[in-house]
Amino acid sequence: MKNLWLTAKLDVVESLRARWFMIYTLVFGGIVAMLFAFGLTESRVLGFIGLSRLLVTYIQLCMAILPIFVLISTVRSVAGDREAGVFEYLLSLPVSLGAWFWGKLLGRYIVVFLPVFLAMLGATLWSLVQDIEVPWNMFLYYTGLLAAMAWCFLGIAMLLSTLARSTDVAQGAAFVVWLAMLLFLDLILLGVMIQGHAAPEVAVMVALANPLQVFRTAALMLFDPQLIVLGPAAYVIMDTIGATGFMIYGLVYPLVIGTLCATAGYFVFRRGDLP
Amino acid sequence: MIEFKKVSKTFKRNRVLDELELSIAPGERIALVGSNGAGKTTMIRCLLGEYTYDGSVSVHGLAPRPNRQQVLGKIGFVPQLPPPLKMPVGQLLDFSSAVCNSEKQRMEEIAQRLGLDVGRMKNQPFVKLSGGQKQKLLISIALGRDSNILIMDEPAANLDPEARQIFFGLLAERLDNTTMLISSHRLDEVSALVNRVIELDRGKVVLDDRVADDVSLTGMLACHLTLRRPEESIAKALLGWNFQDTGDGLQWQGSVAGPDRLRFIGMISRYVGILTHISLAENSENQA
Repeated sequence: MKNLWLTAKLDVVESLRARWFMIYTLVFGGIVAMLFAFGLTESRVLGFIGLSRLLVTYIQLCMAILPIFVLISTVRSVAGDREAGVFEYLLSLPVSLGAWFWGKLLGRYIVVFLPVFLAMLGATLWSLVQDIEVPWNMFLYYTGLLAAMAWCFLGIAMLLSTLARSTDVAQGAAFVVWLAMLLFLDLILLGVMIQGHAAPEVAVMVALANPLQVFRTAALMLFDPQLIVLGPAAYVIMDTIGATGFMIYGLVYPLVIGTLCATAGYFVFRRGDLP
Repeated sequence: MIEFKKVSKTFKRNRVLDELELSIAPGERIALVGSNGAGKTTMIRCLLGEYTYDGSVSVHGLAPRPNRQQVLGKIGFVPQLPPPLKMPVGQLLDFSSAVCNSEKQRMEEIAQRLGLDVGRMKNQPFVKLSGGQKQKLLISIALGRDSNILIMDEPAANLDPEARQIFFGLLAERLDNTTMLISSHRLDEVSALVNRVIELDRGKVVLDDRVADDVSLTGMLACHLTLRRPEESIAKALLGWNFQDTGDGLQWQGSVAGPDRLRFIGMISRYVGILTHISLAENSENQA
């Protein structure tokens, strides 16, 4: 356990000095700052005003940026470290492969999740200072969603990093995975499937299996509890698991996917050549 | 005891180790030589449990891969190419000493002996250090812990003569209880450090020779040189070896570490045209 924490700490220190982390932090911090600067808290859309309006916009932007950022930055740095000889040296020290892999995952999770969360927390604290009402239930649920989503894509990225033997392949694979998920969003391929008279169950199954879609639908749930924007697919979701059920599913499913992918990645890592 | 039994390693269709057979007894100091692609690095990585392979490798009867912590806890490793770690020097020492169950102070003391002021550079990123500084730090980490096997890939390549002499001294302190495996492209770089030479070619041992190890690792050779005429390039090279000019750039004297004699002669042979006299004499008073 000591070695796991040491490895996690090491990864945090390495990441804090990496260029990708600076850009990552600036992007999410910048989004919140810009949303405030452009007076989003004072505009009204679908009855949303104040911090709720900002959080809704922020979560939509996170859905667009977070997955690809986590995937690319993780596979680049993990596969890059392996290529550059970092693994050769650090894995010559007496640290178990389990402590190394899970420690690295934990450290990376901290640096991936914290900037996204801190940006949102900063917005909330600023709202308190400005005397803007804080929707705590929305804040807490979106925190959970972001935590689950970061874990999910980190798990996928760690699996891809262990499967690919070079940075280029890992990066290409990460991009393809993200693109496939994007294509299966309701707006694009699901629409085509429904137009092509695919069975609604198939369309809904595809939607429920895609972490990006789950994240998007769960984020919609707080301001569109009937999921009107989803069209007929909403009836199947509502009838099958209901609004509360889907909100729980939106948190649990990405966590399960992330954990399964990370575990698969660990077994691949343990079985093959390390550097 | 380290044993390789019929160890083969293939990358795609390229067989890098080919049923390698090798036994290394405790206390042996081995020069592992061979051209690029001979299999030296692959062999080292198999020994460190970093590669999977066919056949068996054992260190004190344990396979390195499934017994990583027990095996690697006894192995100090210095790679040929320092890893591009962004973490500060202090953090690297903290991590290494903690996972190796050693004391950071021990590593710092060795770094100090090699001429590296860790206190001043503790906040500096490792990747920003010079090649020699990185090498010294990695040597300090490998030697500043309780290991009885040292695996070093071109360990002295980036060190200045003074640091090399101290490095030889540090190795000498461990002669009685440490097995050393020193990999190099050039035998003259490491010949004086070892008592056995193993040459690899296409993944097989093609030469396994015992060599006399009469050269003391801590011994010094007094050296006097006379030149036909003063020349800037040789003066610069000799100053790099801490020699002193005792006569208008024509007379030079200094000391050469015993294990460095071949390296020194290799360096001086470049100026043989202007060399009129050279003497190298063992100085027993300087021996530790």
